[in-house]
Amino acid sequence: MDLALIVVIQVLYAVAGLVIVSAGLAVIFGMMKVINLAHGEFMMLGAYATITAHGLGLNLWLAMLVVAPIVVGLIGVVLERLVIRRLYGRMVDTMLATWGLSLLLVGIVTSIAGNTTAGVSAPLGSFSIGAYSVSAYTLVIIGVAVVLALVIRWVLMKTSWGLIARGTMQRPEMADALGISPSRVYSVTFAVGAALSGLAGALLAPLTGVVPTMGGAFIAKAFITVIGGGPAILAGLVSASALFGAINQLAAFLTTPVLGEVALLFAAIVMLRLLPQGITGRFFKGSL
Amino acid sequence: MTRFAHSWHSAALTLAIGVVLLLALPGMVDDFTLIQFTIYAVMAILGVSLGFIWGFGGILCFGQAAFFGLGAYTYAIAVINIGDSTIPFLLAIVVPALFAALLGYVIFYGRLSDVYMGVITLTVTLILFNLVNSTAGPEWKIGSAPLGGFNGIPGIPTLNLPGNPDEVLSQQALFSVSMVCLLVVYAGLRWLIASKLGRVIIAAKENEQRVLLLGYDARLYKLICFTLGGAIAGLAGCLFANWGAFTSPTIFGLAMSAQIIIWVIVGGLGTLVGPVVGCVVIQWLTSQIGTQQVFNSNLVLGAILVVFVLLVPRGIVPSLGDVMAAAWRRRKAPADAPVEAKTGSAPLAPTETAR
Repeated sequence: MDLALIVVIQVLYAVAGLVIVSAGLAVIFGMMKVINLAHGEFMMLGAYATITAHGLGLNLWLAMLVVAPIVVGLIGVVLERLVIRRLYGRMVDTMLATWGLSLLLVGIVTSIAGNTTAGVSAPLGSFSIGAYSVSAYTLVIIGVAVVLALVIRWVLMKTSWGLIARGTMQRPEMADALGISPSRVYSVTFAVGAALSGLAGALLAPLTGVVPTMGGAFIAKAFITVIGGGPAILAGLVSASALFGAINQLAAFLTTPVLGEVALLFAAIVMLRLLPQGITGRFFKGSL
Repeated sequence: MTRFAHSWHSAALTLAIGVVLLLALPGMVDDFTLIQFTIYAVMAILGVSLGFIWGFGGILCFGQAAFFGLGAYTYAIAVINIGDSTIPFLLAIVVPALFAALLGYVIFYGRLSDVYMGVITLTVTLILFNLVNSTAGPEWKIGSAPLGGFNGIPGIPTLNLPGNPDEVLSQQALFSVSMVCLLVVYAGLRWLIASKLGRVIIAAKENEQRVLLLGYDARLYKLICFTLGGAIAGLAGCLFANWGAFTSPTIFGLAMSAQIIIWVIVGGLGTLVGPVVGCVVIQWLTSQIGTQQVFNSNLVLGAILVVFVLLVPRGIVPSLGDVMAAAWRRRKAPADAPVEAKTGSAPLAPTETAR
């Protein structure tokens, strides 16, 4: 019984982790059709922002939930102005340019912080279920993922800002004619996506070591989740996270963590062969 | 692209330069420099493999490193087991080609779009990396060859004369073999591109719908192109394993795939010389960066990639070609102008070459 509960918590945790890691990418790719290969490096910047702010004496939660998203969001605005803006509509070129950005960011942070692992320890300690001990931070991750999904849904569906953003993505000329500046909307959307990536990096900082090259570990998973999810941003994100997270965790539980990763990647290839449009290309059509 | 790039003159010129380098270099430079040139030639083969499938087949593969690594590992495992290097050399080409064919079948016959293509190739590379990386224990071995996991496989026997395992190639001979491979690959691909098969492959890149309507199975032609690219990358992997007598999982890594793409972009997409030029320039630059402490190589490579995508999206070779063609026209123009004015066909030549 205790074991079953642990497995459930671990599976939920894996799913939540994928939601958090992929949310920023889902916004940038799903709304703007920009393939952001620097996503992992935005996460890395978020993690470094957290560690730096915490090192300066700021409360850890404040550093994670406020400082990291703001810092990375601002970096996102600058990069959108300098690079991404020139490449809208040229998908392959954005992919290459953001890949260049990702190498550049790794290089800059390595020059500043050095190629060493920094880190903060996970807060809140742990609690026990029967004979097993679970880190309380696991529950925080699950909670944040749920809140994140609800907030994204609320912003896109219920606020005028969400309406404007969705409208601009579908028909930029019409938005322009109605007095809304599409380039401002793109800029803000990219910043929001970057901020979400920064938040993800901050939340994962206590769990993984913080090194300049940490982004590489997440980029593939985030991509597979977003692409596997298909056209609907939120439904795709949640359903693909649920599928891949569960497969990853169960396979890892039954065999080894490495084979768990491999099972996730393999499941993604099989799924894309069966559902080339992603999960929401077939199911949950018309949802957000 | 200028007419010159498509004519057989350019191919002959490139091959002539290659043959001169092949014959002259071993006598001119010391062993260390020759070893440097060997790795340039090996990596250039890898660059050409991506330059071919991307520039001519329109397939942007993020996992060319997978075939490269597969070639290196196949050679290493086979040669340790067999001893004589003839069959391992061939296997190192055939195995990646078969793997590319299988992967290409899933992608092209599943009608996956470009974006998904990139993600799948990337994913496969990561799977291979994860798998090979986790095979460190002594229980992981194929025949008598331990896989070594993250430690890699050290002490891989070098190529020998076919059928005679005692006649191992010297450093000079390895350079010659690598250079000959590069030239053969280049000449073969130039020939292929000019052939009917190559024309259909290029047509399928330009307009898949029209190719289908003309009665060609575009999927099959893309698959052939992709498989060939896999085979060439495998060849490069085999030579790489020979060069350092060592292979490790990092050659499956993202950084490796990124490098190959940067070579092609910097050198020039849509040419076969471009990737070679890009590869040599970037490798040389990386080794120069290694000698100083101010900038690290990631920073410089990233900056180069961003700058090229934004400012020189066509790469060095085509841009240089344009500049040279323009200079050529300017020099020729005064002499030609009166003649052309008489016949009244002056605008014809510039508009055609400017394309």
